[in-house]
Amino acid sequence: MSLLKLENVHSYYGRIHALKGISLEVNEGEIVTLIGANGAGKSTTLRTISGILHPREGRILLNGQDISHMEPHKIVYAGVGHVPEGRGIFPKLTVRENLEMGAFTINDRAEIERRMEYAFSLFPRLKERINQKGGTLSGGEQQMLATARGLMLKPKILMLDEPSMGLAPRLVELIFDIIKQMNQEGTTILLVEQNALMALSIAHRGYVLQTGQIVLSDTADNLKANPMVQHAYLGIE
Amino acid sequence: MLAFSLVSGFALSAFVIVLAFLFQNTAVGASVMQRFGVSLVNYTLLNLPQVLMDGLTLGFVYAAIALGYTMVYGVLEFINFAHSEIFAIGAFVGVEVLIALAAYGLIGGQNSLLSAYLWLLVALLAGMLVAGTMAVLVERIAYRPLRGAPRLVPLISAIGVSFFLQDAIRLIESVTTGQFHRIIPAFGNFDNRIPLFTVAGNTVDIQIKSLIVIVAAIIMLVGLNYLVNATKVGKAIRAVAQDRATASLMGIDVNRIISMTFLIGGTLGGAAGVLYALKFTRIDPFVGFFPGLKAFTAAVLGGIGNLTGALLGGIVLGLLETFAGTYMSIFTMGVAGAEYKDIFAFGILILVLIFRPQGLMGENVAQKA
Repeated sequence: MSLLKLENVHSYYGRIHALKGISLEVNEGEIVTLIGANGAGKSTTLRTISGILHPREGRILLNGQDISHMEPHKIVYAGVGHVPEGRGIFPKLTVRENLEMGAFTINDRAEIERRMEYAFSLFPRLKERINQKGGTLSGGEQQMLATARGLMLKPKILMLDEPSMGLAPRLVELIFDIIKQMNQEGTTILLVEQNALMALSIAHRGYVLQTGQIVLSDTADNLKANPMVQHAYLGIE
Repeated sequence: MLAFSLVSGFALSAFVIVLAFLFQNTAVGASVMQRFGVSLVNYTLLNLPQVLMDGLTLGFVYAAIALGYTMVYGVLEFINFAHSEIFAIGAFVGVEVLIALAAYGLIGGQNSLLSAYLWLLVALLAGMLVAGTMAVLVERIAYRPLRGAPRLVPLISAIGVSFFLQDAIRLIESVTTGQFHRIIPAFGNFDNRIPLFTVAGNTVDIQIKSLIVIVAAIIMLVGLNYLVNATKVGKAIRAVAQDRATASLMGIDVNRIISMTFLIGGTLGGAAGVLYALKFTRIDPFVGFFPGLKAFTAAVLGGIGNLTGALLGGIVLGLLETFAGTYMSIFTMGVAGAEYKDIFAFGILILVLIFRPQGLMGENVAQKA
């Protein structure tokens, strides 16, 4: 059984029909990526899964349980982590407090400290900034903080929205290495990326979105070889 | 914070002393000499310590109310105009509890001082509990259903709730007690004055109830500071204030946190109500209106949404108002008496909104507000 399954999901922003019947599956242990142009509905898909938007039609199943109309915080408790687009860190909380918020669902202090140490081992830069306000970090550091905060939850499935946006190439590689490492340690990943080449290089499978619909789904290797994907998303003529 | 209240106290003191020197040899000085038998400068100096003390007391009451406005604004970016009635509810519950206790002979008369303080604490806690609960109910009934509506809508709802609560208090008080002006029973030694020090033969003292107001307010402020900065709930409140959607992605129940914010703000407002009743003895259903507006001014002055700002704004406003109330009639030879002191509070509101809309401590909220 798949860990996460969307069945014919329709979402709206007011009167705008943003998702027009999305069906997709993420199996346990996979890295699955959603690629597509701006406004294709990638972020909307993640926001619908995490309950910020509710689907008007269709169902979202987590381990077979319908979470379509749960409140966002309950979906977090059910095991879905979401690192939102544009980083969404808390600018007036310190690095430490931001990470503590990531572990809001956990009450064991010692466990929180252990996870924080683990996050710092991946991002030593954050440890140097531990008492600094999130808003004073550089863009790259803020992305590290957002990713590290996603790790604090130890979700069953972690959804990352554009983790490479606005980052220097070296940092992009670091973030993607860490995503891969998390996956090898057992976290299932749903990755939304503009940088399709990067995303397909670490993903097992991928879906291509166009104006709120899935137009293609295949293994990452096949997508990379697909002429339509090459032309539209990989910049290969 | 302490430094700031000292500075503002000094600034105001210096201002009136300079004024006193300037007017010493004019008709103003002469009229003071004629009425009190001392020079204008001496008269000003003699009154100064007492004015500072009274100003601080009033300032702490404003600060405690202002915190309720500013906390709710911080989380929802919405001015809860019903907060002044939450304050009034706290005052009424406290006073009614004390009246009942007096009727049963538990306070006043031969009862021990210790019991007076304990029962005052009980009345305070009762006022806090009811006011806090009421604030949560108001949010649940009148604001939450309007969360997605344009900004003006919950604001109008708040004004409606404010009127509704005023008249609800009046109705309940009229039906159950036959009157809606209530007076706190005399008990304990709260009216006594403790001499602090003597300046040039004049004793500066502080009323015990003023001392209680200051001490209680400081305890609440320290408690609030701890709650907001060091506890998990406090961090969640700050997270929700900064980004509600992201906070929910952390597993924070946003509605619960908003209720918590109203509970804390309402509790502080209720406590301020009981303390106000203790200090000024007489209350009516409209008692919240002016303190509420002034506390709102204090919150704006300090930078709305900023907790420290609310505290400082409250203290500055309390000092300013007391200074104006004491010295204005002297310097104008009775033309503009203490009854004009409110000009200062609301004049400040206008000046702040024009020249520094983000307030003393606030960050730039222009794009938010």
